[in-house]
Amino acid sequence: MNKWSRRGFIGAGVLTGGALVVGVAIRPGNAVDKLRGSVAGGEGEQLVNAWVKIDRDNTVTAIVPHCEMGQGAHTTLAQMLADELDADWAKVSVMQAPADGNYVVPDAARDFVAAWSLDAPKWLEPTYNGLFTQISKLGDVLVTGGSSSVRTTGQHTMRLAGAAARQMLVAAAAARWNVPASEIVAENSTLVHKASNKRGTYGEFAEAASQESMPQTPPLKDVSQYKLMGKGLQRLDIPAKVNGEALFGIDAQVPGQKLQYVAVKAPPVPGAKVEAINSATAKTMPGVREILNMGDFVAVVADGYWQAQMALNMVEPRYSRTEGDGLDSAKLSARFAKALDDAGDTGGTSLAAEGDAPGAFAGAAKKLEAEYKVPFVAHAAMEPINCTAWVHDGKCEIWTSTQVPLMARSAVAKALEISNDDVTVNQLYLGGAFGRRLESDYPVQAARVAKATGYPIKMIWSREEDTRQDFYRPADTSRFWGGLDGSGKPVSWNNAFTQLNGPDGSWDVSHYDVPNRSIRHAPADMHLRFGSLRSVDHSQQGFFVESFVDELAHSAGQDPFEYRRALLSKSPRHKAVLEKVAQMSGWGTPLPEGTGRGIALVKSFGTIVAEVAEVMLQDGKPRVTKVWCCADAGYVMNPDGFAAQMEGGIIYGLTTALYSGITLKDGGVEQSNFHDYRMVRMEEAPTVMVDVINGDSKVLGGAGEPSLPPLAPAVTNAIFAATGKRIRELPIAKHFT
Amino acid sequence: MIQTTVNGKPQKLDVDASTPILWVLREQLGMTGTKFGCGVAQCGACTAHLDGQPIRSCSTPISEADGRQITTIEGLAGPEGALHPLQQAWIDAQVPQCGYCQSGQLMSAAALLRDTPKPSDEQIDAAMSGNICRCGTYERIRKAIKAAASGTER
Repeated sequence: MNKWSRRGFIGAGVLTGGALVVGVAIRPGNAVDKLRGSVAGGEGEQLVNAWVKIDRDNTVTAIVPHCEMGQGAHTTLAQMLADELDADWAKVSVMQAPADGNYVVPDAARDFVAAWSLDAPKWLEPTYNGLFTQISKLGDVLVTGGSSSVRTTGQHTMRLAGAAARQMLVAAAAARWNVPASEIVAENSTLVHKASNKRGTYGEFAEAASQESMPQTPPLKDVSQYKLMGKGLQRLDIPAKVNGEALFGIDAQVPGQKLQYVAVKAPPVPGAKVEAINSATAKTMPGVREILNMGDFVAVVADGYWQAQMALNMVEPRYSRTEGDGLDSAKLSARFAKALDDAGDTGGTSLAAEGDAPGAFAGAAKKLEAEYKVPFVAHAAMEPINCTAWVHDGKCEIWTSTQVPLMARSAVAKALEISNDDVTVNQLYLGGAFGRRLESDYPVQAARVAKATGYPIKMIWSREEDTRQDFYRPADTSRFWGGLDGSGKPVSWNNAFTQLNGPDGSWDVSHYDVPNRSIRHAPADMHLRFGSLRSVDHSQQGFFVESFVDELAHSAGQDPFEYRRALLSKSPRHKAVLEKVAQMSGWGTPLPEGTGRGIALVKSFGTIVAEVAEVMLQDGKPRVTKVWCCADAGYVMNPDGFAAQMEGGIIYGLTTALYSGITLKDGGVEQSNFHDYRMVRMEEAPTVMVDVINGDSKVLGGAGEPSLPPLAPAVTNAIFAATGKRIRELPIAKHFT
Repeated sequence: MIQTTVNGKPQKLDVDASTPILWVLREQLGMTGTKFGCGVAQCGACTAHLDGQPIRSCSTPISEADGRQITTIEGLAGPEGALHPLQQAWIDAQVPQCGYCQSGQLMSAAALLRDTPKPSDEQIDAAMSGNICRCGTYERIRKAIKAAASGTER
C-alpha cells in the first residue's frame, strides 16, 4: 500500500459516449472538464502526467506524456498502467499526450515526484534538475530524457492511474450488483462476481465508474502480483515501423495545404552572422521561390527539398567575424591543458573531498598519473533535423519530432512574439534523438521562415548541416593522480577535469573503497554549442574513471576484475553485477594471442552496468567481437525492451569510442557526413549478450543511457590486454591509422 | 515526362529528370516510407528497388527509372497486405527501435534474400553494411534475416 502525497491528485470524468478517463494531476482539482477536448481528439488542454481512457467498447487507451524515439517507452508505460488496471493487453493502445499544458506547475511536479512514497528514487539528478531549471522558466514539463520515463512517469503516475481506474470500476460494479466490492474480481478487462454469477466488461461500467468517488490511495501491486510488468511484451509501435506507415517528423503534412520546402545553412562558426548573400545564380534555379537572409542563417524556399538544397549550395554568403574564428582542436586542447595546469593537484572547484588525497599521494608506495582526452561528439540521429511550420492569423502550428514539445512551443512563441496559446505543436515519431532533440533551435528556425513566407513550409537540414550545427557532447580532458599502498590498494584518488554538465556525480567513485579522494572541476570555455548526448557526462567520465581504475590495477600487478571486486566491499549491488558479467564472459579463461578482454563498471541514471568487451586485432586494427553486459536497474519492467536498450547503448557507445571525433578548423566543424563522421555498421557490430539482476523492485533505474558509459573503457581496457597499448584519448581509431 | 511504375502502379511524372527518386517518391507521390538520411548514398535509409535491384534513391535520378519498376517499403508486403517474411521476422525479433532506418534495412535484406535465400554471416555483412542504424539494431537484424531465411526454406 502506498500513500498519496497531498500534492498528488487523481481526477476522473466521463467523455461523450461514456468513456471513463482517469488521470494523475500534479496540482489540485479535477482537470477532466478541461481535458475532455484533448483526449477526445479535439482542442483543449491537459495537465496530467498520466491518463487512461476506457471506452464503452472495452478498449483501453493509455495516454502517455513521453515521446517515442525507439526507447519503447510507449509500450512499457502502457504495460505498467494495464497491469495495475488488470486490463486485457490485447485491448490496450497508446496515445501520446497532446503538447499542451500551460498550467503545469514545475515545482509541484518536482515535489509531487520527490515526495512520492513509493520509495522515490533519486531521479532528480542534475541533468534532470538542469532541465527542470529550464522548464521552471518556461513552465513546460513534458520532457523525454534522463532515462526517466519508466522510473518516474511509469512508477509514479501510470501505475496509479491504472490502479485508481480499476478501483472505480470495481466500485461501480459493486453498486450495480449490490455486492461487496471485496468480492469482485477484476481480470482481463472484465469484472466478475462469482457467487452471483455476474460478469461485465470494463467498458460496460466505464460511465458508471466515472460517478464513483476518486480513490486517493489506490493500492499498488506488489511485485509478486505483477502480470504484465516484468514481461517482454512486444512493442506496440513496431508493426507500423516495418511497412513504412510510421510517420516521423520529416514525414509531416499540413492538412489541406501544399507544402513548400526549405533548405538552410547557418554560419560555420557559431555566433557569426550572415552579413550579406550573393544569390544571383541560386535565384535562377528551377523551383526556387525565395532566398532569405535570416541574419543568423540563410534559407532557400523551393517547390521541392532537393531544389531548395541545390540552390542553397549556390548561394554565396558573407559571414561576420567572431572570436571563435581561427580556433582549432589543438588550440582548444591547449586551453583545456592550461585550465588544468592552473588548477594543479589542489585547485579548481571541489566536487568531492574525502580525507587528504594530495597528502596520501605524497606518501604512497606507488604513484600513477594519467591524462585522458575525449573530443566533441555529434548525435547523428538517422532522421536529420527538420520541422514543418505554418504561421497565419497570428498563430503558429508546427509538426516535428522533439523530446520537449512544450519547451519547443514556448521557444517558438517567444521567437514569434506571440503567446504560448497561439502555438500548437504536433508531435510525430522521432527518428532517433539521443539528446539532440532536447534543443528547440530547429522549431524556432522553421517558425521564423514560415512567418517570413506566410505559407506552410517543411524545413529539412542536410546531413552536413546536421553534423555541423549540433549541440555537441563537449570535448574534455581529465587528469588523475593515484597512489597505491604496498599491497597495491589505492589510498589516494585525485582527479580534475574541465567539463561539467550533469548529471551530478558522473565523476563519483565512492562505490570503490578508496579512503582519500579529491575530485575537482577546472572549467575551460569553448565556443561550440553543447548539449546532452546519450548518458551526458557519464559518456566521458565512464571512460576516464574506468580507464584509470584499470591502470591502477595493472600498476598493482593485479587482475582488473579482481582488483575492482576487492574495492566493492561496501557496494554489494555493484559487486554482484561485476561478478555476474565476469562469469558470463568467462573472465580469466585463456584467449588466443592478440585477443584481450576488458572490463568496466558504471552506475548512471539509477542503473548499475558492468560490461566486458572482447577485442581482437585484425589487420593491425582493434575489432570488438563480443560484449557481455550485466545490468541492475532495480526491476526490469520489460526485459526484451530493456535488453534492446542495452544493446543499442553499446553500439552507440562503440561508434563513439571507435570513431566519433568532431574536430575544429578555423572555428568550424570539419566533419560533414557519414564518410568523414563514421558509424559502426553491420560488419563491425559485435555480438552482445545481456543479462539483468533485479536488485530492488521498489527503486527503478533507467534503460536508455546506462549501457553506454562502460563500453568505451571496456574496449580500451581490452585493447590494453590484447596489445599492451593504453588508449588515453578517444576516438580509438586515431591510434590505429 | 517520366513514365515509371511504382509498386505495380504506372506513374506519369512531370518532374525535373535529375531529381533523385527519393524526393519524387516523398514529395510528388506522397510515399514517405522511404527515408532521407544523408543524401550521398552513405547510410542506406533511402534504399528502394529498381527492377528488383537495391538502389540508394537519394542519389539515383528519376530519369534512371524511366520505363522501369520501382519498389518501395510500401510495396514489400503482398498484394493482400500479407507481410513479407522479413517484415514478420522483424516483428518477431522486435528489431526496430526508432524505426527510421528500417525501411532501408528491410529493402536491402529483401534483395539479399531474393538472390541468396540462405545467406551466411559474411553475405549478410556484405549486403547490409551499407545501411546504418544508430539505435544499434544490427544483431537483431541479423537474427531476423536468418529467421526469415529458414522460414523461406521450410
